[in-house]
Amino acid sequence: MTAVNPAGCRPEMGPAQHPAHEDAPRLTNSGDRALMLEEALIFELGRFDATGVDIDEPELEPLPALSGFLRKAAPALPGLTEPETVRHYTRLSRQNYAIDLGPFPLGSCTMKHNPRLNEKVARMPGFADVHPLQPVQTVQGALKVINELAHWLITLTGMHGVAMTPKAGAHGELCGVLCIKSAIEARGEDRTVMLVPESAHGTNPATAAFAGFSIENIPANADGRVDLEALKARLGPDVAGLMITNPNTCGLFERDMKAISDAVHAAGGYVYCDGANFNAIVGKVRPGDLGVDAMHINLHKTFSTPHGGGGPGSGPVVLSKALCPYGPIPFTELFEDGHLTLVDEETAGARQPHSFGRMAAFHGQMGMFTRALTYILSHGADGLRQVAEDAVLNANYVLRSLDGELDAPFGKAGPCMHEALFSDDSLPEGFSTLDIAKGLIDEGFHPMTVYFPLVVHGAMLIEPTETESKAGLDRFIGSMRSLAQRAKAGDTSLKSAPHFAPRRRLDETQAARKPVLAWKGDSGA
Amino acid sequence: MRYLPLTPANRTEMLGVIGAATIDDLFVDVPAEAHLSGPIADLPMHASEMAVERHMGALAAQNISAGSVPFFLGAGAYKHHIPASVDHLIQRGEFLTAYTPYQPEIAQGTLQVLFEFQTQVARLFGVEIANASMYDGSTACWEAVAMAGRVTKRSRAVLSRGLHPHYAATITTMAKFTGDSIDAQPPRLVGEPSPDGLISGIDDTTSCVVVQYPDVLGRIPDLAAIADAAHAKGALLVVVVTEPVALGLLEAPGNLGADIVVGEGQSLGVGLQFGGPYLGLFGCREKFVRQMPGRLCGETVDAEGKRGFVLTLSTREQHIRREKATSNICTNAGLCALAFSVHMTLLGGTGLAKLARVNHAKAQQTAKRLAAVPGVSLLNTSYFNEFTLILPRDAREVVRELADQRILAGVSLGRLFPGVANLANGLLVTATECTTAEDIEAFAVALEGVLA
Repeated sequence: MTAVNPAGCRPEMGPAQHPAHEDAPRLTNSGDRALMLEEALIFELGRFDATGVDIDEPELEPLPALSGFLRKAAPALPGLTEPETVRHYTRLSRQNYAIDLGPFPLGSCTMKHNPRLNEKVARMPGFADVHPLQPVQTVQGALKVINELAHWLITLTGMHGVAMTPKAGAHGELCGVLCIKSAIEARGEDRTVMLVPESAHGTNPATAAFAGFSIENIPANADGRVDLEALKARLGPDVAGLMITNPNTCGLFERDMKAISDAVHAAGGYVYCDGANFNAIVGKVRPGDLGVDAMHINLHKTFSTPHGGGGPGSGPVVLSKALCPYGPIPFTELFEDGHLTLVDEETAGARQPHSFGRMAAFHGQMGMFTRALTYILSHGADGLRQVAEDAVLNANYVLRSLDGELDAPFGKAGPCMHEALFSDDSLPEGFSTLDIAKGLIDEGFHPMTVYFPLVVHGAMLIEPTETESKAGLDRFIGSMRSLAQRAKAGDTSLKSAPHFAPRRRLDETQAARKPVLAWKGDSGA
Repeated sequence: MRYLPLTPANRTEMLGVIGAATIDDLFVDVPAEAHLSGPIADLPMHASEMAVERHMGALAAQNISAGSVPFFLGAGAYKHHIPASVDHLIQRGEFLTAYTPYQPEIAQGTLQVLFEFQTQVARLFGVEIANASMYDGSTACWEAVAMAGRVTKRSRAVLSRGLHPHYAATITTMAKFTGDSIDAQPPRLVGEPSPDGLISGIDDTTSCVVVQYPDVLGRIPDLAAIADAAHAKGALLVVVVTEPVALGLLEAPGNLGADIVVGEGQSLGVGLQFGGPYLGLFGCREKFVRQMPGRLCGETVDAEGKRGFVLTLSTREQHIRREKATSNICTNAGLCALAFSVHMTLLGGTGLAKLARVNHAKAQQTAKRLAAVPGVSLLNTSYFNEFTLILPRDAREVVRELADQRILAGVSLGRLFPGVANLANGLLVTATECTTAEDIEAFAVALEGVLA
């Protein structure tokens, strides 16, 4: 495929030269290079006497209420004025790749466009400036948002209820697993084993272990799905349940999902579904129709709340009728006259007597609820279906466009769902998945997920999402083909990529061997 | 649909490349009985930006926002002024729409921010290291208890009576499943929290003592005495700070013997948002680093020797260690940590100390005026910006009646500790730099009215 960016460097122009002109200097006095701007730490820039906030010295009476507790010295935190602060963070921001700059095809992460209406709505004072412990008569609109979003989530998944409080996907997993544990205890049984497929996200075994279960792996079959017979063979009176991801982390729908659920239920266990990949099926399939007992929904994936450089997330958990009685407090309750209240510690004894309790302060990630509801209302039932269809279409387009160049271990057998999985099998000796990933950085893309799932050697997991255009996908595919061909041609410059990023490969071994986790120098003097 | 770039022609062309006749050929692995044939019934169809904004705006208008009325709530979530540049900076797409910085060459912006954030938190708390943040204060508090168990190889935590009840409940919930034993009791209505009861509960099976500073009634506990008692029995001291602005005036917990310091960072840079998202702060002594939960950012160099930052010590984490990880946490509160860090940078240590003095001054003025209302008395002998009033009748009713007059009067202890009869007349009142003399007077006059 010929490229690509008509204004930029084209392959037919030959490899880029550095420096671009023979007479260009190698170094600058400042260390910056035009729009490639370096930035010092605030501890190097700031001063202890500088501040970017004007505060009048208060009329303070003597401090008897603080006597004996006063700190001996102000905290050693340098400050900056507002212009310096804005410049510091703006310069730093330019060292980040982001969805706003280009495709971000991280498999299992669903890096879709973040609509700006969501941001505007979340900042309405009626949502942004409301305290969680205000009397409920003053927050009816906030409770309606929670209730309305809950209704959508329950309906889209075909489940019985939803726990809205979990603060991220892994926290949602914890919520679901605690419901399972509570239900088993309520039956007077002692089931200590949680089954987890080999291809599961690391959070699944970590969560189950955190909740006191021991973990056993279930192998995958040759086509990348849970081995139903191996599962059935392991089920028994010590098994609490199965944590399964569907669509799974190989980007495949678990065809036997209903049979899997039936088998787990028949053996007295519960089915937890990791909903990280719900984007592939939203509006097309209801997990509740497949026998799922609990599933978290990453609002920051399927429902577009921003990832923010690693959070905050939000992970409501939809629950089956069997698990609902054990769900956490607090939650909203709607009365016939349309008003809402919160069921919390005060009324849980009457309204939710079997609840496993509270799992965090307050009522969940409200700022994410407003964004997710805004997104859902924008798309509607029809638009959400189109989201899933376009996400799956884009992934299959990538799969078919690259499977001649890269090995797609499960690609021969049929279509994928929302993400396309490749292995490093077709890369020549001496070249790895990591080299392709770092080469993508030079091409101006964020790399795909690499070395996950563990069931595929040198995995490259590509999730384009529905918000990429065909033209954008074609550019990405062109770069991927070019990188694979460079590896096959033995182009060793790939081994030291990236060459054009703000940093070359970083020494992670040194970082871990001698951890420097905070600035230790004097500063601000 | 405005968020979907594919055109019908694109879709047809792409299906051709794939070799599929229809989109449903790509869903062939979905069992027919589970495959929905059309949009789910009874749900609305797509809507314009204008229509959605109108709908959400109508819901927002049904809430009384803190900035629109005299407002005195705290109890773990605080109304502070957020400088305009904070929200501007966190909305830069390069921060807002980036992922976890797993590709450090193109994530130095986020990584350097996290390194600066970790340093700020560690210095504020008076400990050597801090992580890149957790979900919120309450979950960070449970993580501290779990970590103390790993460090001491003991499983009995003693919670101070002054710990926020939601934090205590979060710990108690988790402990039910992990088998940890938790000693937790509601507070006593005394002006000065005595450490004696707490200290007498520490023995050589105790993993940690958890103390909130200032506590949930606004009182300031004597950390040094508790630290000595805990350490004498081989237990750790976990200090919880729900109002980090207090540390502009109060001695840092790490300087008073705390081994782990956790907190809620919402006060700096993050709005009230009806309870979330907030950010958990987590700092500790350097010797415990390999038992810490959560993400850590560390300094290193790149292949050309330039300073750079990476996520590090990930062998503690779930994506490497799976069931042997120190925690199942897989995110931090990245954007909230950025907001906190920007706000802290704008303040600097000098500005934070001044902000703390303003908060205390406003609390002094509020306490003095309200304690002059007939029948009302001030419980605390020590406080920062939050204190407890004892009213002549059930404070929940008083709060509701004042809300009807558009005064948000504080948090009743009955809301925080339902069913604890002797706390029912307690009202937790908070003042910050946002509190005006007019707000205080309006509150006092209305309070006189409802108590008359």
